[in-house]
Amino acid sequence: MSKPEEIIPKLKKETMLSLLSKGERLDGRRLTDFRDIRIETNVIEKAEGSAIVYLGNTIVIAGVKASIGTPFSDSPYEGVQIVNTELIPLASPVFEPGPPGEEDVELSRVVDRALRSAKALNLKKLCIIPGKRVWYVYIDIYALNHDGNLIDASALAAISALVTAKFPKVEVHNNEIKILDEKVPLPIEDIPVTVTFAKICDKIVVDPTYEEELVMDSRITFGINGKGEICTIQKGLKGTFTVDEILYSANIAREISKKLRDLVSKVIEASKSL
Amino acid sequence: MMRNLKRIRDKEEVQLISPEGVRVDGRKYDEIRPTKIQVGILKNADGSALIEQGKNKIIVAVYGPREVHPRHLSLPDRAIVRCRYHMAPFSVPERKSPAPSRREIELSKVIREALEPAIILEYFPRTTIDIFIEVLQADGGTRTASITAASVALADAGIPMRDLVTGVAVGKVNNTLVLDLNHLEDQYGEADMPVAMMPSLGQITLLQADGILTFDEFKKALELAMKGIKELYEIQKKALKDKYKPLAQEFRK
Repeated sequence: MSKPEEIIPKLKKETMLSLLSKGERLDGRRLTDFRDIRIETNVIEKAEGSAIVYLGNTIVIAGVKASIGTPFSDSPYEGVQIVNTELIPLASPVFEPGPPGEEDVELSRVVDRALRSAKALNLKKLCIIPGKRVWYVYIDIYALNHDGNLIDASALAAISALVTAKFPKVEVHNNEIKILDEKVPLPIEDIPVTVTFAKICDKIVVDPTYEEELVMDSRITFGINGKGEICTIQKGLKGTFTVDEILYSANIAREISKKLRDLVSKVIEASKSL
Repeated sequence: MMRNLKRIRDKEEVQLISPEGVRVDGRKYDEIRPTKIQVGILKNADGSALIEQGKNKIIVAVYGPREVHPRHLSLPDRAIVRCRYHMAPFSVPERKSPAPSRREIELSKVIREALEPAIILEYFPRTTIDIFIEVLQADGGTRTASITAASVALADAGIPMRDLVTGVAVGKVNNTLVLDLNHLEDQYGEADMPVAMMPSLGQITLLQADGILTFDEFKKALELAMKGIKELYEIQKKALKDKYKPLAQEFRK
């Protein structure tokens, strides 16, 4: 009925809980420790921007493509940001082929909201001919190896790919768009990051592994912008939180968000020296 | 559609709250919209409810516990819950395609996850409890109104629950926190934070946010949400009593 990779962590739950009550976790981390992160950018030459994020054993790749299209009628002077994720069977035995399900849709919408609310991408600067032609920025995210916390890994991959992306400069003469050879960075004005927590019984851990996710009762993600403000929240799964638990996690999220943002800043520096 | 509307948000500053603190529909910052819940309005469903919260009109039907189709989805130790949140094409100013949007797929998931903690699923192994939500008219805060109505419909279906689940959204408009956003406030406001909880148990079952909130505002928004939830909780209980009290009295005769 259940797959073996789903059952084994459930058997480990007891061990996990007794460790958690001592403030320890199966992989040796403390409850508020993030796993090691490595980010590589410009890994796909054909994309305008790209990044691979290694978060422990979780691997996520994001690619940014830009194309010119007509704006939405309700925002004629703005470019368009589209985030798409697909949980492909390559990444985990628990993913099955088929059209995007609830999980895929939730993941892309949480990443999209974090970027959108923080105004990471200034959509107004992506307008080419007002009301007629604007840039569409597609951010496509694929998990390559799923070992938990795909939300934070995906958000990091998305923003890392965006901040290092280069897209062509355009000139407009008499409503004719000319695409130049010169490449410029995207108008990025904030670096939002997300921090996700899992609640296992009454313990809250940050950056859950897949094993921890299988036994977690609920999940909560905070998106934090460059000013340390909240730019998105998403509670998930059928467990609950008390107000105190939420405020506790929000505070930790704010602390951790600084470290994550520093990592992205380093990525920007590194890509400049290329 | 709704996602597109969000894009308009930062375009121009729209005055949504007067200097005297009066909102576009005449409410004060901490007032919920007039809300009416009717219980048991659909004969075919095991439980049902209609909620009218401001201009929102949402109908919820609960079927179950019943046999699961396809059968392989059933669980040996508890019931499963399935939830479909759907907006009627005519529920919004510009016709919405009837096909489920990404927004509706996400909302179906978060609404289900907001209701599941309240249901004692272990009582009904190998069955499903299906919750169908049809938004007939949308005017902001439909996910939370759906949760409020759905938990009443679940109770109407006679499904054992730990508590009702009550939802409300808090938002920020013109830099002021306001309770129970209407569509205009949601569209032009700076932030939107839907919350749902089991009021008697003090457990939060849904929490989302978009837009920008400082940590201070976030704390205050949670408090404001709890005020609204308390008031809506009373309306939910009254709606159930209105239907069942006369019945109970009749049986006692």
